[in-house]
Amino acid sequence: MAVVTADAMTNASQTRGKSKMAARDLNLFYSDNQALYDVNLDVVEREVTALIGPSGCGKSTFLRCLNRMNDTIDGVTINGKVTLDDRDIYDKSIDVVQLRARIGMVFQKPNPFPKSIFDNVAYGPRIHGLVNSRDELDEIVMTSLEKAGLLKEVKDRLSAPATGLSGGQQQRLCIARAVAVSPEVILMDEPCSALDPIATAKVEELIDELRSNYTIVIVTHSMQQAARVSQRTAFFHLGKLVEVGETDQIFTNPRDERTKGYITGRFG
Amino acid sequence: MSLTFLLLGIALLSALSFVFGRQRAIALSGGRYSNLHSLPVHYGTYTALWCGLPALALLFVWYALQGSVVQALIISDLPADITSDPGKLSLALNAISLIAADNAAHLDVAPEVVEAGQRLATLHTISNIALIVVLLSVALLGLALSYRRIFADMRARNNVERIVRYLMIGCSAIAILSTLGIVFSLLFEALHFFSKISPVDFLFGLEWSPQTAIRADQVASEGAFGMIPLFAGTLLITFIAMLVAVPVGLFSAIYMGEYASSTFRAWAKPALEILAGVPTVVYGFFAALTVAPFLRDSGAVLGLSVSSESALAAGLVMGIMIIPFVSSLSDDVMSQVPQALRDGSYGLGATKSETIRLVIFPAALPGIVGAILLAVSRAIGETMIVVMAAGLAANLTANPLNAVTTVTVQIVTLLVGDQEFDSAKTLSAFALGLVLFLVTLGLNVFALKVVQKYREKYD
Repeated sequence: MAVVTADAMTNASQTRGKSKMAARDLNLFYSDNQALYDVNLDVVEREVTALIGPSGCGKSTFLRCLNRMNDTIDGVTINGKVTLDDRDIYDKSIDVVQLRARIGMVFQKPNPFPKSIFDNVAYGPRIHGLVNSRDELDEIVMTSLEKAGLLKEVKDRLSAPATGLSGGQQQRLCIARAVAVSPEVILMDEPCSALDPIATAKVEELIDELRSNYTIVIVTHSMQQAARVSQRTAFFHLGKLVEVGETDQIFTNPRDERTKGYITGRFG
Repeated sequence: MSLTFLLLGIALLSALSFVFGRQRAIALSGGRYSNLHSLPVHYGTYTALWCGLPALALLFVWYALQGSVVQALIISDLPADITSDPGKLSLALNAISLIAADNAAHLDVAPEVVEAGQRLATLHTISNIALIVVLLSVALLGLALSYRRIFADMRARNNVERIVRYLMIGCSAIAILSTLGIVFSLLFEALHFFSKISPVDFLFGLEWSPQTAIRADQVASEGAFGMIPLFAGTLLITFIAMLVAVPVGLFSAIYMGEYASSTFRAWAKPALEILAGVPTVVYGFFAALTVAPFLRDSGAVLGLSVSSESALAAGLVMGIMIIPFVSSLSDDVMSQVPQALRDGSYGLGATKSETIRLVIFPAALPGIVGAILLAVSRAIGETMIVVMAAGLAANLTANPLNAVTTVTVQIVTLLVGDQEFDSAKTLSAFALGLVLFLVTLGLNVFALKVVQKYREKYD
């Protein structure tokens, strides 16, 4: 396989697991500047897909296409297709609010709401009416905090303000908050870039655990992190998807010269 | 020699010093500015400041002290029978200054006084000449000293910055001291008032009718100085104003900040802020000539009796005046809520209104409360609209259809026209002003505290 096409990768992925999300010929423009060029990528169910590449290569922009967060930015136009379970998420019939409940997101900087820890996690279930009673809500909050590995640290101070937590705890709280809505996919935009190494290790561990229940797409600047947490890696460069494949293969035997250059640190 | 000429002279000398200082620095540099510690312009500024500032300071001190020194000299020469009686003395001093100004042909006064008047004229001339001489020498001395201190390694730049810093300290001192001065003048007049009327009667009295006899032979009521009806009126109108301003201002802020497209915002926001630029007197006649008659007529249709000067009319118009205040402050506060929080909420599948209601608004709430408190203190202190539209009758009522009066309206009516300055009636204006000042000050301090506390959270 000298030239890797998206189709080839799609076929390859089908041997491993079902494609949960897919981008087809995705182009994105910020006003007149094109930020993404014909991106074709499959996200495999219950796997961690890492998006790597130098700053400004479009990986975060691509991530934000997956739950239509770019809708909130003025002057963005998108063509091409992004599907979730084979349905086009940019179709008019799609309710973007419900879509974002199915595709959760964790941001670069921990952004807990200035509310209590409990209210932060309960935010999603409450607005989506996922619970009918206080007991159910308690249950969801507890399990979400548990899944995010935070319960032990905060169970005695659920009513304390979330902004009082440490950076790493805040980020895990944001993950718990995303998990509480029971999304199918979780998008993470450099979730560890504002964290110290210990907090980073905890979040990485958590990502690995979450993989058994959720499909995860993570943007990262750290190639070590991509290698540690992901099963598949996609390399972006100048708005184009250069190469995508199994993480081992990308890091040990990249097919494209640019990928090789980036992972060996020659540019980026 | 008028003050203008003196100031011009000082400015001219400073300008000359600037040129001298700069020239000397250039001469010292030998053509290469890098040989100097500072730029030539700094040396010029240094000499100019040293020439001008001491002279200016001296000028002001001179003018401040001249009057009392000259007067003391004149008094010391007057015979004892005049100086011993304060009334006579003040009359004599008046006559003396009239004579000195050559304006007293018709006056019939003692020869000592005439003599003193002529002496005053001479003293003034001497003082003026002395002032010019002293000023000139101080300015030239400053120039000479600073000029001699210019060397290549003299830190003119740092020196200039230090002098400028003192100037800025002086400017802020002026602002602070004048506030203090206003407060103290209010305070002393108010204390004067409280020596005539007991503070308890003033603070808790339910009746306000300040008409007292001006002369002893006049028949007039005793006068009642209970401020409660005035504050009740103020609060009623403020309450009505806030009923209008808070929802309208807040919702327009939310629309402008969160929903409006940037093109719409670009012209709608300034348009809204034009409201803040309308002079309050214009609002006043809008209230008195348009809104109040309209309310009276529509009240009549409904069978309600609305007085033609009603709290409702004044409150409504005041509310409109305050809308831009509330909206632009709360817009500022809400736009300070970090984008990350909005993203977090949208990322969880919240709609725009859920995000605003559950995340942005609570996060901005302290700031919004602060904005509203500032608006309240603005409404309490507002004068023109209520003078024109609220009326003068000090009714203690909660009915917005009646005429009420406010603290500010009463202060205006108490001080407008010919008044005897030490009657309780006139002095009560200061007491009212003091209470008003304390209330708005308290509100402002509280509001700023709230706003500040909120700001710290995201810094």
